[in-house]
Amino acid sequence: MERIPILKMGEFLLVTIQVDMHDRLALTLQDDLTDRIARTGARGVLIDISSLEIVDSFIGRMLANIAAMARILDAQTVVVGMQPAVAITLVELGLSLPGVRTALDVERGMLLLRAALPAGEGVAARTEVQEVEAVEARDADAAG
Amino acid sequence: MTGLSTTRIPQILERDEAEVLERWLREQLAATAHRSDLIAPAQLREQSREFLALFRQAATRDTDGDVRSPVWSATRGMLEGLSAARGTLGFSPSETATFIFSLKTPLFERLRETVDDARGLADAMVAATAVIDALGLYTTEVHQKNREGVIARQQEEMLELSTPVVKLWDGILALPMIGTLDSARTQVVMETLLERIVETGAEVAIIDITGVPTVDTLVAQHLLKTITAARLMGADCIISGIRPQIAATIVHLGVDLSQVITKATLADAFALALKRIGLAVGRPAVRVGAGAAPAAPAAAAGA
Repeated sequence: MERIPILKMGEFLLVTIQVDMHDRLALTLQDDLTDRIARTGARGVLIDISSLEIVDSFIGRMLANIAAMARILDAQTVVVGMQPAVAITLVELGLSLPGVRTALDVERGMLLLRAALPAGEGVAARTEVQEVEAVEARDADAAG
Repeated sequence: MTGLSTTRIPQILERDEAEVLERWLREQLAATAHRSDLIAPAQLREQSREFLALFRQAATRDTDGDVRSPVWSATRGMLEGLSAARGTLGFSPSETATFIFSLKTPLFERLRETVDDARGLADAMVAATAVIDALGLYTTEVHQKNREGVIARQQEEMLELSTPVVKLWDGILALPMIGTLDSARTQVVMETLLERIVETGAEVAIIDITGVPTVDTLVAQHLLKTITAARLMGADCIISGIRPQIAATIVHLGVDLSQVITKATLADAFALALKRIGLAVGRPAVRVGAGAAPAAPAAAAGA
């Protein structure tokens, strides 16, 4: 059966979607990924969708679900490289993926994941952690 | 509807074309609507002659009085050119239509002089009136279509002109929006911004709405959609240039912008954007003895 490979990089899992997502593939990915997170104790998941050109509401919801499941298993999810057309489609479908972090490319996504690790763990630089905390505090202020 | 070919008109035009043309020209030159400032008599004569010739050719073959039929295609083609040319010269659409309508007087005069039976006369006049009216209205239609073409082209050009995405710094884009935002424009703006984010890899985009006269719920919704789409791609958006009245409108409308970072001016937004990507703006420190700043030599001498 067709599967999307999940690569392990240190404490993170890397998923690159390079084929058209159909519903069964999406469900398989969801199962495989939660399974791998639980097995390896990964702290972060990076999903690269830069080759994904077509999305529907199902795939959009699946991305949100994966992020929510990963969070329960104590792993952050970052979606990177979304194409403009895909972003517009998701917004028009009313799926703004509120719980999902995003980045422009894999490199920045990795930085974001490292920065999200608590201080003392992994290779996160202290300044990055502080910066993210400052941003989050500001966002919280803005929301409040 | 009876066609012109069944009446006496083709015969009359065949025999007396020159006479009808002369009377028509006299009529046009004497009319108060004649625009001697826009068209020379020689040119008017040429146009009238050409139209009358085409009218005569079509009239001999016209069977149903329908000017949209292929029989009248040459006449229609000539009128399209004429209407466009006169529109450019500054003729009003009714002046162009009057050019066609004024053919009735000389034509009917000639009919009255040659046709004896009342029935034949009435038939010919009814058929000719219908055709000439339709042709006159056709010039108006063409005029309107040309105008619409001009408007559509200008709108397109405006759309292209009004959506520049500028790079303020490595990783910072700005989108100065000017003019009223409608769905079509916002769509273009959204697409341009997102494409530029991919091209440049910018992390922060500033949407400046200083030039937007009004913000209603629809515009606010479009802005929020753009910001959400940018966020999905991994870029942050800052809205700047919100004038006090617009801030009041947004609050009165109940639009929720709490998830969006807003700044009063582009400068504030730019400062925040620089901070986001880890840069700061400041005066360069004066280095003693380096001579980089005007104050440096004096400081060096003092030391």
